[in-house]
Amino acid sequence: MAAINRDDVAHLARLAHIEMSDQELDRMAGELAVIVDSVKSVSQAAGDDVPATSHPIPLSNVFREDVVGHTFTAEQALSGAPDSDDNRFKVPAILDEA
Amino acid sequence: MNTEAILSFEEAMEKYDPVLGFEVHVELNTKTKMFSSAPNVFGDEPNTNVNEVDLGMPGVLPVVNKTAVESSIKIGLALNCKIAESCRFARKNYFYPDTPKNFQTSQYDEPIAYDGYLDIELSDGTVFRVEIERAHMEEDAGKLTHMGGATGRIHGADFSLVDYNRAGVPLVEIVTKPIEGAGSRAPELAKAYVAAVREIVKNLGVSDAKMERGNVRCDANVSLRPHGRERFGIRSETKNVNSLRAVEHAVRYEIQRHAAVLDAGNPVVQETRHWHEDTRTTTSGRPKSDADDYRYFPEPDLVPVVASREWVEELRATLPEPPAARRKRLQADWGYSDLEFRDVVNAGVMDEIEETIAAGASASVARKWWMGEIVGRAKNADVDPGQLGVQPATIVELARMVEEGKINNKMATEVLDGVLAGEGTPAEIVEKRGLAVVSDDGPLLEAIDAALAAQPGVADKIRGGKVQAVGAIVGGVMKATRGQADAARVRELILEKLGVTA
Repeated sequence: MAAINRDDVAHLARLAHIEMSDQELDRMAGELAVIVDSVKSVSQAAGDDVPATSHPIPLSNVFREDVVGHTFTAEQALSGAPDSDDNRFKVPAILDEA
Repeated sequence: MNTEAILSFEEAMEKYDPVLGFEVHVELNTKTKMFSSAPNVFGDEPNTNVNEVDLGMPGVLPVVNKTAVESSIKIGLALNCKIAESCRFARKNYFYPDTPKNFQTSQYDEPIAYDGYLDIELSDGTVFRVEIERAHMEEDAGKLTHMGGATGRIHGADFSLVDYNRAGVPLVEIVTKPIEGAGSRAPELAKAYVAAVREIVKNLGVSDAKMERGNVRCDANVSLRPHGRERFGIRSETKNVNSLRAVEHAVRYEIQRHAAVLDAGNPVVQETRHWHEDTRTTTSGRPKSDADDYRYFPEPDLVPVVASREWVEELRATLPEPPAARRKRLQADWGYSDLEFRDVVNAGVMDEIEETIAAGASASVARKWWMGEIVGRAKNADVDPGQLGVQPATIVELARMVEEGKINNKMATEVLDGVLAGEGTPAEIVEKRGLAVVSDDGPLLEAIDAALAAQPGVADKIRGGKVQAVGAIVGGVMKATRGQADAARVRELILEKLGVTA
């Protein structure tokens, strides 16, 4: 069994900005461990002769030429924004988190 | 507002050994963004250079800009890096309104360039090698403006306004290895390093390299350790130090601040610091915390970038002469002393002098005009010397008229002023203003020509800077004029003619 404890789940929930109750944390700790174990079984299928990959499609260098395409108007860009001001997205003041 | 104690720089240096590290972000000047075809343009109306990819709308797919990859490889090569045979992008996850996707597409475990170095020449000619850890591709974030509140600063702001025009602009982040051994020259090295990176990317033509526009941005890491200790101290990271002068000051200040903290027996807090240009100090940003757990993982929407050796060599063949090598070549060609050449570089007129010489002026004439006349005028006008619009041909013509004795140096500077005032060509201005040598210089100039022709070796010596040799020519002229000439004036005329400053 993969060792994913309650604190790990609480940490991830905090990073993901997800509010979780105590019961949810307990349940998720158990479920995540099972999920991770299931995914781990992939490593049994791949032998040493299979190189690691981060992508399922054997493609590389899918590029775009540096040519300007379409853009939105500011009005279009802001059309789905909950709030805007001066052609810009208006967001709550957020302390220096980034 | 800032009451933190600092030690004097000298005392800090006596007690501690600084270790530096830099992360320099370079904005590429591609026509479009890293992953979208929206234009990469500075200064446009907010949120007009965006499309669905930049705004992180559901279901959109990024496509890599080939030119941005090529620019990144060029930067890597110019930094003497190895170029990865294959590399990939990764997602750096965090929540902040400058990133509408809630992640930044970056590179993590597989940067496109790694293991390089840059040789940095300090002001006295000392060469210091800075090792480059990596240079990786990523995208810029949007621009937040904090509104309301008493100070306009982030703390106390009521809300923020976001412009995503910058979101997705291609960036190359250049990361150094820890820089040890700089000692008391650490602040100078910091400035010189960032200046060198800026110069390289500008020379490559891959970035506009304007620090005031944020094209080149520097995060400076500083830590101190007692002399003789191997282990690094705890570092601070001063963010967004965006002028060369500020880089030098910020490193200096952080060294002094760390020294005071350590001296008081306290641990340095590992944190980001904000640089304040007005007070030339830093203030605490935030400590490293949970929020720095970015949960990087390979970007599933992008396939790997494979740089074949042929492609890399093709790009290498397009690289311009490195700035440092070019400087060395030009100084040798022009025969300037180290000090003369350094002054030229610092005044920012190296390109102009090169053009003036190419137009037909001698190296000493070109230097005399640019350094002696034009730089000062530019300073008074508060513009770069190149922006005054002095054409190389103008200088060549002025120098020729002086050499031919039509006008003297003083008149020539007057003519230059006329040219700058838009009064016409030098010849026209001489005509219009009635500037021509009308004194008794005429016969003198003839005698000088004769004396110079009689002693060409001496003339060459004077041209080469041996001003004291002028006595022999003055003697010849005095003899020819039976002592009737004004020797001081004769001396002046000879030097003027040879384009030498006394």
